[in-house]
Amino acid sequence: MNKLKLLLRDIQETIVQSQAWKSIFRHGYADTPRNRALAIASNVWLHLHPAKVRRHAIKLRYTWCAGGLTFLFFLVTVVTGVILMFYYRPVAEYAFVDIQYLEFDVPFGMINRNMHRWAAHSMVMMVMIHMFRVFLTGSYKPPREFNWVVGVLLITLTFLLSFTGYLLPWDQLAIWAVTVGSNMARATPLLGNEGPLAVQVGDLFDAAAGVKDTFITPRYDARSFLVAGTVVGSPTLLRFYVLHCIFIPVAASILMILHFWRVRKDGGISGPL
Amino acid sequence: MVEKIKKAFDPRFDKVHTWPHLVRIEFLCAVITLLFLLVWSLMIDAPLEHPANPAATPNPSKAPWYFLGLQEMLVYFDPWMAGVVLPSLIIVGLVLIPYIDVNPKGNGYYTFHERKFAIVTYCFGFLILWVSLMVVGVFLRGPGWNFFGPFAPWDSHKVVPLTNIDLNMFLAQSLGLDFLRNPFMGMLFGGFLIVAYYSTAVLYWQAKKGSSEILQKLGVVRYGITAFLFLTMAALPVKMLLRWTFNIKYIMVIKQINLSI
Repeated sequence: MNKLKLLLRDIQETIVQSQAWKSIFRHGYADTPRNRALAIASNVWLHLHPAKVRRHAIKLRYTWCAGGLTFLFFLVTVVTGVILMFYYRPVAEYAFVDIQYLEFDVPFGMINRNMHRWAAHSMVMMVMIHMFRVFLTGSYKPPREFNWVVGVLLITLTFLLSFTGYLLPWDQLAIWAVTVGSNMARATPLLGNEGPLAVQVGDLFDAAAGVKDTFITPRYDARSFLVAGTVVGSPTLLRFYVLHCIFIPVAASILMILHFWRVRKDGGISGPL
Repeated sequence: MVEKIKKAFDPRFDKVHTWPHLVRIEFLCAVITLLFLLVWSLMIDAPLEHPANPAATPNPSKAPWYFLGLQEMLVYFDPWMAGVVLPSLIIVGLVLIPYIDVNPKGNGYYTFHERKFAIVTYCFGFLILWVSLMVVGVFLRGPGWNFFGPFAPWDSHKVVPLTNIDLNMFLAQSLGLDFLRNPFMGMLFGGFLIVAYYSTAVLYWQAKKGSSEILQKLGVVRYGITAFLFLTMAALPVKMLLRWTFNIKYIMVIKQINLSI
């Protein structure tokens, strides 16, 4: 028995002391302050954190973990969303049957879609809770003003992400929710065909372009720009798909990098000064 | 140097190693949340209704739940206000919060009595206006966007009399102010009311600027922005009350440019 133990220790030592192992793990396992700091600083995923944090700042009753969970839900939607993209075509003829195919034929398709949807709803809820917490702790106050601004942009993008994704199943729920939502753009002042001053602005543009009854009509106004036509149709689906899968996630990711980096640069998680 | 030593021994700046103290909490939160999400996804399927049909409008047609507060505002304001101007002002107002709140207290800890106005205003906007209107929109609005109690069946034939009336006509009828029946006079009167509503901010400034330390600290620009945003937010409950009590539809109508408030 003792011999076996010694043998195992020898094997462990050989592995841990090998060039390959040391090239991957830059610090020892012994529980020393130096190794604790290195566990954070020499790890690409964890080095987002400082090596040490203020004691009060890690309490759940202070942060509610709301920001972290918002990010976690975002990651879940990215992973499940990429899997969904393998089975889904953003064309009106195919979109709905592709969702049915996902639900009934694709292995784990149903649970994958469920997780994508519920994580998305959870992200919307959690980002509102995060904003509420940050307000209550006054964490937008100097020197963190700008990071609050970035946060407001991120919550807006979260709503837009969720809204553009709402259309993709191409069922009744999807197109009518998006119809109701995008109908608002009709009423945009100056640029929506039913909005205040629309007729006047349209006449101005028409006169400048030498045409009649063209600008700020149902075909050329803020809403038609958004939904790519006069109704929520196949072009809307493609437009929302690209916004949902490429444009908004990339924009949100860039802002998230900025947001997390600024948390560090502005002095870490807020606390009493 | 003394400062640094003081800081090192100050319990408020007491620091712990991120590994394991914070990483452990994050890991547990993530695992529990993922487990919860997994069970939720096993138990409840994402909705999938009939294929999209542009010819069959469901009644009610609802936006996604997080926009139903905005859809609910459509009851009280025209789409250009409820759907465009007010949502934009919500975003702009949120962005401006750190720049108009000059109160240095309550930075990094929970407190109510050190920043009462800020917290009451935010809670009113978030919990009362945003969240509770969302709840009304999700659960209590049925066919025709009519109001239904929590357990009332959604009767799609429910008829609600359309008794809403513009403010100038209401005053003309109830107080005998017949000159208000003229659309131009009605518009002038409504415009006057709106200007008067926002002017209360100026009156408050004039009355308090000498005595109030907060107002002096804010300065006229910050005060102006704060007052405008605050009164605009308060315009929603004001309009709701006018609708519920006197069935007022619009305060002011300018037909020529298709603008009604």
